[in-house]
Amino acid sequence: MYSYTDFDEAFVRTRVSQFRAQVERRIDGSLTEDEFKPLRLMNGLYLQLHAYMLRVAIPYGTISARQMRQLAFIADKWDKGYGHFTTRQNIQYNWPALKDVPDMLEALADVQMHAIQTSGNTIRNVTSDHFAGAAADELEDPRPYAELLRQWSTDHPEFQFLPRKFKIAVTGAEADRAVIRSHDIGLQIVEQNGETGFKVIIGGGLGRTPMIGKVVREFLPKEDLLPYCEAIVHVYNTLGRRDNKYKARIKITVHENGIDTMRDLIEARFTEIRPEFTGVDQELLAGIKAQFATPPLREGDTAAYDAAYQMDPIFRAWADTNLTAHRKADHAIVTISIKAHGKTPGDATSDQMRLMADLAEEYAHGELRISHEQNVILPHVHKGDLPAIHAALKAAGLGTANIGLASDIIACPGMDYCALATARSIPIAQEIATRVDELKIEHEVGELKIKISGCINACGHHHVGHIGILGLDRAGVENYQVTLGGDHTETAAVGTRMGPGFSADEIVPAIERLMLAYLDLRDAPEETFLQTFRRLGDAPFKAALYPESEARNAA
Amino acid sequence: MPKPFTPKVVTANALIEGDVIYLTNNGEWSRRHEDARLFTDEAAANAALAAAELQASEIVGAYLADATSGARGPEPTHFREAFRATGPSNYAHGKQVDL
Repeated sequence: MYSYTDFDEAFVRTRVSQFRAQVERRIDGSLTEDEFKPLRLMNGLYLQLHAYMLRVAIPYGTISARQMRQLAFIADKWDKGYGHFTTRQNIQYNWPALKDVPDMLEALADVQMHAIQTSGNTIRNVTSDHFAGAAADELEDPRPYAELLRQWSTDHPEFQFLPRKFKIAVTGAEADRAVIRSHDIGLQIVEQNGETGFKVIIGGGLGRTPMIGKVVREFLPKEDLLPYCEAIVHVYNTLGRRDNKYKARIKITVHENGIDTMRDLIEARFTEIRPEFTGVDQELLAGIKAQFATPPLREGDTAAYDAAYQMDPIFRAWADTNLTAHRKADHAIVTISIKAHGKTPGDATSDQMRLMADLAEEYAHGELRISHEQNVILPHVHKGDLPAIHAALKAAGLGTANIGLASDIIACPGMDYCALATARSIPIAQEIATRVDELKIEHEVGELKIKISGCINACGHHHVGHIGILGLDRAGVENYQVTLGGDHTETAAVGTRMGPGFSADEIVPAIERLMLAYLDLRDAPEETFLQTFRRLGDAPFKAALYPESEARNAA
Repeated sequence: MPKPFTPKVVTANALIEGDVIYLTNNGEWSRRHEDARLFTDEAAANAALAAAELQASEIVGAYLADATSGARGPEPTHFREAFRATGPSNYAHGKQVDL
């Protein structure tokens, strides 16, 4: 885990004290809202539908038990006893009062956390693979590079007023668990001729114009990471459109100028600035890397795990669904589902946060991760400890065995909280999860990514869901449009939009029909929903979605 | 052709708490939609909004929202304003606690 240097500490404390003074001046009338708004946004404070919302960065999704406990404390003291984990590995508090926000930021600073650049047209929280440093398929831990990028981008003077927000994701494995192809810059650690470096992808993004990123460099030496990223953001800052916010993201810049022109401009700028990077960043990186060393993993037998797996079907279902291969065979990566059927995806109560912190401390070297799929991970767990962990999770309502299944739904806050939303997401997610639990079909259906957004901005990643649901306002009524065949992984694809949308009452039965159709259509239980869709195309799924038109056509 | 004016309430968020608020008949702010003053005259609505916007030390983000006359007072006509008036649908800890 990265620990702040004296510089980091002083920097964050100074920002808190500046913001405290800004809040005081807003409240006493010295600052107008127009003057205050950009200042609050630079510190992650939004005004949403019902209240303010504070978005806190969890860089590359890594958090300590102590930090998790502090998030719980903040939820209890200044919010309503819970927090919402987001698709960019942040946590959001939905009910802070303006006067309390400086104290909340101070409490975050006490555990080396902050809300800087979680909003605004700047480089946002750098995200990463939530299994980083633990996954069996990983080439190298991407987090030291993510931390280096965080330090480089935080308050970078050239990049505080970009045309639009800018998002970077990093992964160290071929399997893309960080959605890198839907980011402004996606970085993947790759090997070439025995050397590791980065594949660099730019111009991915969802929203109203979803695009899969394009490779701008097949191989970038590691020591060139900062100057190359600086060149990319510089070109975007110069070329990106500021006349129309809907055309301002780098995906449009790449689309309008072409990847070859972008590459030429980026390489030219890179050549220009490369000599300015003296190697200090590499010295810093070496220090950062040392802090991400794998914790001392204990040896021991796994008899308790083997016995529970044989004897307890509930434990077995959980183990089969929620565990991922660790690079050490007698260890596992545990994904804790915060998607109990019928609950709000991504929400954890302060008690649940504290329990997860306790478990991390007792069994997982004090470390947790937040996934872009809105779950919490214990990255290094000895298999012998899994029965005890499962028992504790089950007792706290955190033992749901549904990771990767139909009820493990990504849902943005939607119109229940978000000022931009055009329809609600949360109740739809709750109803789908409840329904699949009633039907007891989700384990039979197997891997299925349902992703729901409450507006075209696509925070719920609906474009890259196997089943994507987009909530819209159709003449004053909530309406839900379905896309199928989206994929956020290394085989990324934007889903295909089906026919007319569904009302709030119709959408859950429509999703149920899709799942049942898939069970009929698949070649074998091993063939996933996405594979079946890719094999057969949309026609049989459209027929399931719109049985009445099918009947009309047949008549 | 300009859209004909439909009845409106003046709504905003309270500066300190962020709560959804409504301008009342006596020019104060209430947390309850049914306490809102319903403007049927466009000029009066715009004047009230302009006056509200001057109260920068109390409120933020004032705007006119469509409403209609109901049995207990003005009622929202669009679902967005209905949610603002009641609170989120996943927890009963927004405004609905007091309603």
